[in-house]
Amino acid sequence: MALHSEAAVLDGMADDLDAGFGAFVRSHSTAVYSTALRLSGSRTEADELAQETFIRAYKALRRFDAERMLLLESRPWLLTITVNLWRNTLRRASRRPQQTDAPHLDVADRRPGPEAAAEDSADSQLLVGLLRELPEHHRVPVVLRHVVGLSYAEIASVLECPVGTAKANVARGLDRLRALASAGDTPATRKSTPRKSAPRKSTPRKRESS
Amino acid sequence: MIADTASTRRLSLAVDAAALRRLRVDAPDGFVDTVMDSLGLHDADHLVTVHSPAGDLFVAFNDDGISAVMPAALFDGDPGQFAAHHRQETGRPLVAGIRPPAGLTAALRSGRATNLRYDLSGLTPFERAVLTKTLEIPSGEVRPYGWVAREIGRPKAVRAVGSALGRNPVPVLIPCHRVVRSDGQIGNYGLGVPMKRALLSAEGVDLERLERLADAGVRYVGSDTTGVFCVPSCVHARQIRAAHEVHFRTDAAALGAGYRPCTHCTPVAVRDAS
Repeated sequence: MALHSEAAVLDGMADDLDAGFGAFVRSHSTAVYSTALRLSGSRTEADELAQETFIRAYKALRRFDAERMLLLESRPWLLTITVNLWRNTLRRASRRPQQTDAPHLDVADRRPGPEAAAEDSADSQLLVGLLRELPEHHRVPVVLRHVVGLSYAEIASVLECPVGTAKANVARGLDRLRALASAGDTPATRKSTPRKSAPRKSTPRKRESS
Repeated sequence: MIADTASTRRLSLAVDAAALRRLRVDAPDGFVDTVMDSLGLHDADHLVTVHSPAGDLFVAFNDDGISAVMPAALFDGDPGQFAAHHRQETGRPLVAGIRPPAGLTAALRSGRATNLRYDLSGLTPFERAVLTKTLEIPSGEVRPYGWVAREIGRPKAVRAVGSALGRNPVPVLIPCHRVVRSDGQIGNYGLGVPMKRALLSAEGVDLERLERLADAGVRYVGSDTTGVFCVPSCVHARQIRAAHEVHFRTDAAALGAGYRPCTHCTPVAVRDAS
Protein backbone atom coordinates (compact mmCIF):
# COMPACT_ATOMS: atom_id res chain seq x y z
CA MET A 1 0.00 0.00 0.00
CA ALA A 2 1.57 3.25 -1.08
CA LEU A 3 1.69 5.95 1.53
CA HIS A 4 2.23 8.62 -1.07
CA SER A 5 0.99 9.79 -4.42
CA GLU A 6 3.31 9.64 -7.41
CA ALA A 7 4.00 13.37 -7.19
CA ALA A 8 4.79 13.16 -3.49
CA VAL A 9 7.23 10.29 -4.09
CA LEU A 10 9.08 12.34 -6.71
CA ASP A 11 8.98 15.38 -4.42
CA GLY A 12 10.55 13.31 -1.67
CA MET A 13 13.38 12.15 -3.93
CA ALA A 14 13.97 15.63 -5.35
CA ASP A 15 14.25 16.85 -1.78
CA ASP A 16 16.57 14.06 -0.57
CA LEU A 17 17.19 11.09 -2.85
CA ASP A 18 18.51 8.82 -0.10
CA ALA A 19 15.55 9.51 2.15
CA GLY A 20 12.92 9.37 -0.58
CA PHE A 21 14.15 6.37 -2.54
CA GLY A 22 12.46 3.78 -0.29
CA ALA A 23 9.02 5.18 -1.08
CA PHE A 24 9.90 5.08 -4.79
CA VAL A 25 10.90 1.40 -4.61
CA ARG A 26 7.79 0.55 -2.65
CA SER A 27 5.39 2.29 -5.00
CA HIS A 28 6.83 0.61 -8.12
CA SER A 29 7.93 -2.77 -6.80
CA THR A 30 4.80 -4.61 -8.02
CA ALA A 31 5.07 -3.26 -11.58
CA VAL A 32 8.80 -3.96 -11.82
CA TYR A 33 8.61 -7.38 -10.22
CA SER A 34 5.59 -8.46 -12.30
CA THR A 35 7.38 -7.40 -15.47
CA ALA A 36 10.57 -9.19 -14.46
CA LEU A 37 8.72 -12.37 -13.51
CA ARG A 38 6.47 -12.55 -16.56
CA LEU A 39 9.26 -11.78 -19.00
CA SER A 40 11.80 -14.17 -17.50
CA GLY A 41 9.39 -16.83 -16.26
CA SER A 42 11.57 -17.58 -13.26
CA ARG A 43 11.39 -16.23 -9.73
CA THR A 44 15.12 -16.43 -9.24
CA GLU A 45 15.72 -14.38 -12.36
CA ALA A 46 12.88 -12.01 -11.50
CA ASP A 47 14.40 -11.30 -8.07
CA GLU A 48 17.68 -10.39 -9.69
CA LEU A 49 16.16 -8.36 -12.52
CA ALA A 50 13.89 -6.38 -10.20
CA GLN A 51 16.65 -5.62 -7.70
CA GLU A 52 19.09 -4.67 -10.43
CA THR A 53 16.45 -2.39 -11.97
CA PHE A 54 16.19 -0.32 -8.79
CA ILE A 55 19.94 -0.30 -8.22
CA ARG A 56 20.51 1.06 -11.76
CA ALA A 57 17.65 3.51 -11.24
CA TYR A 58 19.22 4.83 -8.05
CA LYS A 59 22.58 5.33 -9.71
CA ALA A 60 20.94 7.18 -12.60
CA LEU A 61 18.79 9.32 -10.31
CA ARG A 62 21.87 10.50 -8.44
CA ARG A 63 22.80 12.42 -11.57
CA PHE A 64 19.33 13.96 -11.97
CA ASP A 65 18.71 17.53 -10.88
CA ALA A 66 15.51 18.32 -8.99
CA GLU A 67 13.65 19.60 -12.05
CA ARG A 68 14.35 16.48 -14.09
CA MET A 69 13.39 14.31 -11.13
CA LEU A 70 9.99 15.99 -10.78
CA LEU A 71 9.25 15.45 -14.50
CA LEU A 72 10.18 11.77 -14.41
CA GLU A 73 7.70 9.31 -15.93
CA SER A 74 8.59 6.73 -13.33
CA ARG A 75 6.91 3.57 -14.61
CA PRO A 76 7.97 3.58 -18.27
CA TRP A 77 11.42 4.78 -17.23
CA LEU A 78 11.87 1.95 -14.71
CA LEU A 79 10.38 -0.70 -16.96
CA THR A 80 12.70 0.34 -19.79
CA ILE A 81 15.55 -0.59 -17.47
CA THR A 82 13.89 -3.92 -16.58
CA VAL A 83 13.21 -4.83 -20.22
CA ASN A 84 16.75 -3.96 -21.30
CA LEU A 85 18.27 -5.93 -18.44
CA TRP A 86 16.16 -8.93 -19.40
CA ARG A 87 17.15 -8.66 -23.06
CA ASN A 88 20.78 -8.58 -21.98
CA THR A 89 20.36 -11.79 -20.02
CA LEU A 90 18.76 -13.41 -23.08
CA ARG A 91 21.66 -12.37 -25.24
CA ARG A 92 24.17 -13.60 -22.72
CA ALA A 93 22.32 -16.91 -22.49
CA SER A 94 22.26 -17.34 -26.29
CA ARG A 95 26.01 -16.87 -26.42
CA ARG A 96 26.37 -19.78 -24.03
CA PRO A 97 24.08 -22.37 -25.58
CA GLN A 98 24.92 -25.08 -23.07
CA GLN A 99 22.92 -23.17 -20.47
CA THR A 100 19.91 -22.26 -22.56
CA ASP A 101 17.29 -24.62 -21.29
CA ALA A 102 17.98 -24.18 -17.61
CA PRO A 103 16.41 -20.93 -16.40
CA HIS A 104 13.25 -20.82 -18.45
CA LEU A 105 12.04 -24.29 -17.77
CA ASP A 106 12.96 -24.46 -14.12
CA VAL A 107 10.36 -25.34 -11.57
CA ALA A 108 10.44 -22.06 -9.67
CA ASP A 109 6.86 -21.24 -10.60
CA ARG A 110 5.57 -24.57 -9.50
CA ARG A 111 7.22 -24.78 -6.12
CA PRO A 112 4.75 -25.21 -3.26
CA GLY A 113 4.43 -22.68 -0.49
CA PRO A 114 3.02 -19.20 -0.10
CA GLU A 115 2.83 -18.32 -3.77
CA ALA A 116 0.98 -15.29 -5.02
CA ALA A 117 -2.75 -15.83 -5.43
CA ALA A 118 -2.46 -15.60 -9.22
CA GLU A 119 -0.44 -18.78 -9.36
CA ASP A 120 -3.00 -20.78 -7.44
CA SER A 121 -5.21 -21.08 -10.44
CA ALA A 122 -4.45 -23.69 -13.05
CA ASP A 123 -5.51 -21.28 -15.79
CA SER A 124 -2.95 -18.75 -14.66
CA GLN A 125 -0.32 -21.47 -14.68
CA LEU A 126 -1.19 -22.32 -18.26
CA LEU A 127 -1.13 -18.69 -19.28
CA VAL A 128 2.30 -18.27 -17.67
CA GLY A 129 3.53 -21.17 -19.78
CA LEU A 130 2.06 -19.68 -22.96
CA LEU A 131 3.61 -16.27 -22.26
CA ARG A 132 7.00 -17.95 -22.17
CA GLU A 133 6.39 -19.27 -25.66
CA LEU A 134 5.75 -15.81 -27.08
CA PRO A 135 8.72 -14.36 -28.92
CA GLU A 136 10.41 -11.41 -27.26
CA HIS A 137 8.91 -8.75 -29.55
CA HIS A 138 5.41 -9.90 -28.60
CA ARG A 139 5.99 -10.92 -25.01
CA VAL A 140 7.26 -7.50 -23.91
CA PRO A 141 4.31 -5.43 -25.20
CA VAL A 142 1.71 -7.94 -23.95
CA VAL A 143 3.24 -8.02 -20.46
CA LEU A 144 3.57 -4.23 -20.30
CA ARG A 145 0.02 -3.64 -21.50
CA HIS A 146 -1.99 -6.39 -19.89
CA VAL A 147 -0.02 -7.61 -16.87
CA VAL A 148 1.35 -4.26 -15.71
CA GLY A 149 -1.26 -1.95 -17.25
CA LEU A 150 0.89 0.62 -19.05
CA SER A 151 -0.77 2.93 -21.57
CA TYR A 152 0.15 2.53 -25.26
CA ALA A 153 2.06 5.80 -25.09
CA GLU A 154 4.09 4.46 -22.17
CA ILE A 155 4.73 1.18 -23.99
CA ALA A 156 5.86 3.14 -27.05
CA SER A 157 8.35 5.00 -24.88
CA VAL A 158 9.70 1.74 -23.41
CA LEU A 159 10.01 0.11 -26.84
CA GLU A 160 11.17 3.32 -28.54
CA CYS A 161 8.62 2.92 -31.28
CA PRO A 162 5.55 4.84 -32.52
CA VAL A 163 2.35 4.43 -30.50
CA GLY A 164 0.67 2.72 -33.44
CA THR A 165 3.40 0.08 -33.57
CA ALA A 166 3.09 -0.51 -29.82
CA LYS A 167 -0.66 -1.00 -30.22
CA ALA A 168 -0.22 -3.37 -33.15
CA ASN A 169 2.38 -5.47 -31.32
CA VAL A 170 0.15 -5.80 -28.27
CA ALA A 171 -2.73 -6.93 -30.51
CA ARG A 172 -0.54 -9.37 -32.45
CA GLY A 173 0.94 -10.72 -29.26
CA LEU A 174 -2.52 -11.34 -27.84
CA ASP A 175 -3.58 -13.08 -31.09
CA ARG A 176 -0.49 -15.22 -30.91
CA LEU A 177 -1.26 -16.14 -27.31
CA ARG A 178 -4.78 -17.17 -28.31
CA ALA A 179 -3.41 -19.19 -31.20
CA LEU A 180 -1.00 -20.93 -28.84
CA ALA A 181 -3.85 -21.62 -26.43
CA SER A 182 -5.93 -23.31 -29.09
CA ALA A 183 -2.98 -25.17 -30.63
CA GLY A 184 -2.94 -28.81 -29.72
CA ASP A 185 0.69 -29.15 -28.75
CA THR A 186 2.00 -28.68 -25.25
CA PRO A 187 5.26 -27.23 -23.99
CA ALA A 188 6.38 -30.77 -23.15
CA THR A 189 6.46 -31.84 -26.80
CA ARG A 190 8.52 -28.85 -27.78
CA LYS A 191 10.79 -28.91 -24.79
CA SER A 192 13.71 -30.46 -26.63
CA THR A 193 14.06 -27.76 -29.29
CA PRO A 194 16.57 -25.09 -28.29
CA ARG A 195 13.94 -22.46 -28.90
CA LYS A 196 15.62 -19.72 -26.96
CA SER A 197 18.86 -19.61 -28.86
CA ALA A 198 17.15 -19.39 -32.23
CA PRO A 199 13.49 -18.66 -31.61
CA ARG A 200 12.41 -17.55 -35.04
CA LYS A 201 14.18 -20.08 -37.21
CA SER A 202 13.14 -23.03 -35.11
CA THR A 203 9.44 -22.15 -35.10
CA PRO A 204 8.01 -22.86 -38.51
CA ARG A 205 4.62 -21.32 -37.70
CA LYS A 206 3.85 -18.18 -39.65
CA ARG A 207 4.21 -14.90 -37.88
CA GLU A 208 2.56 -11.54 -38.30
CA SER A 209 1.10 -12.44 -41.64
CA SER A 210 -2.39 -11.37 -40.61
CA MET B 1 -2.72 -39.05 -22.28
CA ILE B 2 -1.25 -36.18 -20.35
CA ALA B 3 -0.87 -34.16 -23.51
CA ASP B 4 -4.53 -34.79 -24.31
CA THR B 5 -5.86 -33.37 -21.05
CA ALA B 6 -3.43 -30.48 -21.24
CA SER B 7 -4.57 -29.53 -24.70
CA THR B 8 -8.25 -29.74 -23.74
CA ARG B 9 -7.41 -27.44 -20.88
CA ARG B 10 -5.71 -25.07 -23.28
CA LEU B 11 -8.70 -24.96 -25.59
CA SER B 12 -10.97 -23.82 -22.77
CA LEU B 13 -8.44 -21.26 -21.53
CA ALA B 14 -9.61 -17.66 -21.72
CA VAL B 15 -6.80 -15.49 -23.03
CA ASP B 16 -7.99 -11.98 -22.29
CA ALA B 17 -6.99 -8.83 -20.45
CA ALA B 18 -8.56 -9.97 -17.17
CA ALA B 19 -6.68 -13.28 -17.19
CA LEU B 20 -3.40 -11.52 -17.90
CA ARG B 21 -4.05 -8.92 -15.23
CA ARG B 22 -4.22 -11.76 -12.71
CA LEU B 23 -0.56 -12.49 -13.46
CA ARG B 24 0.44 -9.32 -11.61
CA VAL B 25 2.35 -10.27 -8.49
CA ASP B 26 3.74 -8.29 -5.61
CA ALA B 27 7.47 -8.37 -5.04
CA PRO B 28 8.45 -10.90 -2.37
CA ASP B 29 8.48 -9.86 1.29
CA GLY B 30 11.61 -7.96 2.19
CA PHE B 31 12.20 -6.83 -1.39
CA VAL B 32 12.40 -3.13 -0.49
CA ASP B 33 14.82 -3.89 2.36
CA THR B 34 17.03 -5.97 0.09
CA VAL B 35 17.26 -3.17 -2.47
CA MET B 36 17.89 -0.53 0.17
CA ASP B 37 20.50 -2.68 1.92
CA SER B 38 22.39 -3.30 -1.27
CA LEU B 39 22.54 0.46 -1.86
CA GLY B 40 23.60 1.10 1.73
CA LEU B 41 20.44 3.14 2.30
CA HIS B 42 17.92 3.06 5.10
CA ASP B 43 14.25 3.24 4.38
CA ALA B 44 12.80 6.48 5.69
CA ASP B 45 10.17 6.79 8.40
CA HIS B 46 7.34 9.28 7.94
CA LEU B 47 6.71 12.23 10.21
CA VAL B 48 3.41 13.79 11.23
CA THR B 49 2.58 16.30 13.95
CA VAL B 50 -0.53 15.63 16.05
CA HIS B 51 -2.25 17.35 18.98
CA SER B 52 -2.43 15.56 22.32
CA PRO B 53 -3.00 16.24 26.00
CA ALA B 54 0.81 16.50 26.18
CA GLY B 55 0.83 19.28 23.59
CA ASP B 56 1.85 18.83 19.95
CA LEU B 57 3.63 15.55 19.30
CA PHE B 58 6.04 14.54 16.55
CA VAL B 59 5.12 11.00 15.49
CA ALA B 60 7.43 8.90 13.28
CA PHE B 61 6.07 5.76 11.61
CA ASN B 62 6.75 3.25 8.86
CA ASP B 63 5.02 0.22 7.35
CA ASP B 64 5.53 -1.78 10.54
CA GLY B 65 3.96 0.83 12.79
CA ILE B 66 4.71 3.86 14.92
CA SER B 67 8.42 4.01 15.70
CA ALA B 68 8.88 7.18 17.73
CA VAL B 69 6.90 9.84 19.58
CA MET B 70 8.28 13.05 21.10
CA PRO B 71 6.72 16.31 22.29
CA ALA B 72 7.38 18.92 19.60
CA ALA B 73 8.28 21.39 22.35
CA LEU B 74 11.44 19.40 23.15
CA PHE B 75 12.72 20.31 19.67
CA ASP B 76 11.44 23.90 19.65
CA GLY B 77 8.69 22.65 17.34
CA ASP B 78 11.32 22.12 14.61
CA PRO B 79 10.77 18.87 12.62
CA GLY B 80 14.34 19.11 11.30
CA GLN B 81 15.78 18.83 14.82
CA PHE B 82 13.54 15.86 15.51
CA ALA B 83 14.58 14.24 12.20
CA ALA B 84 18.24 14.57 13.18
CA HIS B 85 17.50 13.04 16.58
CA HIS B 86 15.50 10.22 14.98
CA ARG B 87 18.26 9.40 12.53
CA GLN B 88 20.71 9.17 15.39
CA GLU B 89 18.41 6.89 17.40
CA THR B 90 17.22 4.59 14.62
CA GLY B 91 19.60 5.13 11.68
CA ARG B 92 16.60 5.96 9.52
CA PRO B 93 15.91 9.28 7.82
CA LEU B 94 12.58 10.98 8.35
CA VAL B 95 10.44 12.42 5.57
CA ALA B 96 7.19 14.35 5.80
CA GLY B 97 4.12 12.13 5.94
CA ILE B 98 0.79 13.12 4.49
CA ARG B 99 -1.61 11.83 7.10
CA PRO B 100 -1.24 10.18 10.50
CA PRO B 101 -1.28 6.37 10.63
CA ALA B 102 -4.76 4.85 10.88
CA GLY B 103 -6.31 5.12 14.32
CA LEU B 104 -3.79 7.53 15.81
CA THR B 105 -6.09 10.51 16.16
CA ALA B 106 -8.84 8.41 17.71
CA ALA B 107 -6.35 6.77 20.08
CA LEU B 108 -5.12 10.14 21.32
CA ARG B 109 -8.69 11.24 21.93
CA SER B 110 -9.71 8.12 23.83
CA GLY B 111 -6.41 7.32 25.54
CA ARG B 112 -6.74 3.75 24.22
CA ALA B 113 -3.80 3.10 21.91
CA THR B 114 -3.90 -0.70 22.11
CA ASN B 115 -5.00 -1.22 18.52
CA LEU B 116 -2.26 0.85 16.92
CA ARG B 117 0.73 -0.90 15.39
CA TYR B 118 4.16 -0.15 16.78
CA ASP B 119 7.61 -0.70 15.33
CA LEU B 120 9.55 -1.81 18.41
CA SER B 121 12.14 -3.66 16.34
CA GLY B 122 15.08 -1.81 17.89
CA LEU B 123 14.26 -3.05 21.39
CA THR B 124 15.19 -6.15 23.37
CA PRO B 125 12.55 -8.87 23.93
CA PHE B 126 12.39 -7.83 27.60
CA GLU B 127 11.77 -4.18 26.68
CA ARG B 128 9.09 -5.22 24.20
CA ALA B 129 7.40 -7.38 26.85
CA VAL B 130 7.37 -4.46 29.31
CA LEU B 131 5.89 -2.05 26.77
CA THR B 132 3.31 -4.53 25.50
CA LYS B 133 2.11 -5.15 29.05
CA THR B 134 2.07 -1.42 29.82
CA LEU B 135 -0.19 -0.90 26.83
CA GLU B 136 -2.89 -2.85 28.72
CA ILE B 137 -3.15 -0.31 31.55
CA PRO B 138 -6.43 1.54 30.96
CA SER B 139 -6.63 5.30 30.65
CA GLY B 140 -7.32 6.93 34.04
CA GLU B 141 -5.61 4.14 36.02
CA VAL B 142 -2.07 3.45 37.18
CA ARG B 143 -0.12 0.31 38.12
CA PRO B 144 3.11 -0.11 40.09
CA TYR B 145 6.40 -1.08 38.40
CA GLY B 146 6.17 -4.33 40.39
CA TRP B 147 2.85 -5.15 38.73
CA VAL B 148 4.41 -4.95 35.25
CA ALA B 149 7.37 -7.06 36.41
CA ARG B 150 5.08 -9.71 37.89
CA GLU B 151 2.72 -9.78 34.90
CA ILE B 152 5.53 -10.44 32.42
CA GLY B 153 6.82 -13.25 34.60
CA ARG B 154 9.91 -11.41 35.86
CA PRO B 155 8.78 -10.42 39.39
CA LYS B 156 12.30 -9.52 40.53
CA ALA B 157 13.08 -7.29 37.57
CA VAL B 158 11.30 -4.23 38.99
CA ARG B 159 14.24 -1.91 38.43
CA ALA B 160 14.80 -3.23 34.91
CA VAL B 161 11.13 -2.50 34.18
CA GLY B 162 11.77 1.10 35.22
CA SER B 163 14.75 1.35 32.87
CA ALA B 164 12.83 -0.23 30.00
CA LEU B 165 9.99 2.24 30.46
CA GLY B 166 12.53 5.06 30.52
CA ARG B 167 13.62 3.99 27.04
CA ASN B 168 10.06 3.80 25.68
CA PRO B 169 10.38 5.16 22.12
CA VAL B 170 6.64 5.84 21.89
CA PRO B 171 5.68 7.61 25.15
CA VAL B 172 2.14 8.95 25.59
CA LEU B 173 0.84 6.23 23.20
CA ILE B 174 2.38 3.34 25.10
CA PRO B 175 1.42 4.80 28.46
CA CYS B 176 4.54 4.46 30.57
CA HIS B 177 3.17 7.49 32.45
CA ARG B 178 0.60 5.08 33.94
CA VAL B 179 3.29 3.11 35.76
CA VAL B 180 4.06 4.42 39.25
CA ARG B 181 6.20 3.53 42.23
CA SER B 182 5.20 0.50 44.23
CA ASP B 183 4.53 2.67 47.30
CA GLY B 184 1.91 4.54 45.29
CA GLN B 185 3.95 7.72 44.70
CA ILE B 186 3.88 9.02 41.13
CA GLY B 187 7.58 8.43 40.49
CA ASN B 188 9.83 9.48 37.63
CA TYR B 189 9.19 10.01 33.95
CA GLY B 190 11.43 10.24 30.92
CA LEU B 191 9.76 13.42 29.74
CA GLY B 192 9.78 14.94 33.24
CA VAL B 193 7.51 14.54 36.26
CA PRO B 194 5.36 17.62 35.43
CA MET B 195 4.50 15.99 32.06
CA LYS B 196 3.61 12.73 33.82
CA ARG B 197 1.28 14.56 36.21
CA ALA B 198 -0.29 16.55 33.38
CA LEU B 199 -0.94 13.40 31.31
CA LEU B 200 -2.48 11.54 34.27
CA SER B 201 -4.63 14.53 35.29
CA ALA B 202 -5.84 14.88 31.70
CA GLU B 203 -7.00 11.25 31.88
CA GLY B 204 -8.96 11.93 35.05
CA VAL B 205 -6.54 10.40 37.58
CA ASP B 206 -7.09 12.02 41.01
CA LEU B 207 -3.44 12.60 41.85
CA GLU B 208 -4.19 14.23 45.21
CA ARG B 209 -6.16 11.21 46.38
CA LEU B 210 -3.47 8.77 45.20
CA GLU B 211 -0.74 10.74 46.95
CA ARG B 212 -2.79 11.10 50.14
CA LEU B 213 -3.25 7.31 50.24
CA ALA B 214 0.42 6.72 49.41
CA ASP B 215 1.52 9.11 52.17
CA ALA B 216 -0.66 7.16 54.61
CA GLY B 217 1.02 3.91 53.50
CA VAL B 218 -2.17 2.62 51.86
CA ARG B 219 -1.52 0.47 48.79
CA TYR B 220 -4.84 -1.26 48.38
CA VAL B 221 -8.46 -0.25 48.75
CA GLY B 222 -11.30 -2.72 49.39
CA SER B 223 -15.07 -2.63 49.63
CA ASP B 224 -16.66 -4.24 52.67
CA THR B 225 -19.85 -4.87 50.69
CA THR B 226 -18.23 -6.82 47.85
CA GLY B 227 -15.19 -8.16 49.70
CA VAL B 228 -12.97 -7.23 46.75
CA PHE B 229 -9.73 -5.22 46.96
CA CYS B 230 -8.05 -3.14 44.24
CA VAL B 231 -5.17 -0.79 43.55
CA PRO B 232 -6.45 2.70 44.47
CA SER B 233 -6.74 3.99 40.88
CA CYS B 234 -8.78 0.99 39.66
CA VAL B 235 -12.06 1.98 38.06
CA HIS B 236 -13.84 -0.29 40.57
CA ALA B 237 -12.03 1.18 43.59
CA ARG B 238 -13.18 4.63 42.58
CA GLN B 239 -16.80 3.50 42.81
CA ILE B 240 -16.57 2.42 46.45
CA ARG B 241 -18.54 4.74 48.72
CA ALA B 242 -16.51 6.31 51.51
CA ALA B 243 -18.56 4.52 54.20
CA HIS B 244 -17.62 1.13 52.75
CA GLU B 245 -13.99 1.80 51.78
CA VAL B 246 -11.40 -0.29 53.62
CA HIS B 247 -7.64 0.42 53.40
CA PHE B 248 -4.80 -2.10 53.38
CA ARG B 249 -1.06 -1.59 53.59
CA THR B 250 -0.19 -4.97 52.07
CA ASP B 251 -1.86 -7.54 49.86
CA ALA B 252 -1.29 -10.08 52.62
CA ALA B 253 -3.38 -7.98 54.98
CA ALA B 254 -6.21 -7.79 52.46
CA LEU B 255 -6.10 -11.51 51.73
CA GLY B 256 -5.84 -12.23 55.47
CA ALA B 257 -8.99 -10.19 56.06
CA GLY B 258 -10.82 -12.45 53.63
CA TYR B 259 -10.84 -10.05 50.66
CA ARG B 260 -10.26 -11.35 47.17
CA PRO B 261 -8.27 -9.48 44.52
CA CYS B 262 -10.07 -7.54 41.80
CA THR B 263 -9.88 -9.32 38.44
CA HIS B 264 -9.67 -6.00 36.57
CA CYS B 265 -6.63 -4.43 38.24
CA THR B 266 -5.14 -7.74 39.48
CA PRO B 267 -3.45 -6.35 42.62
CA VAL B 268 -1.91 -9.79 43.24
CA ALA B 269 -1.30 -12.61 40.83
CA VAL B 270 -4.40 -14.77 40.56
CA ARG B 271 -2.51 -17.94 41.50
CA ASP B 272 -1.18 -16.25 44.67
CA ALA B 273 -4.71 -15.52 45.79
CA SER B 274 -6.23 -18.94 45.35
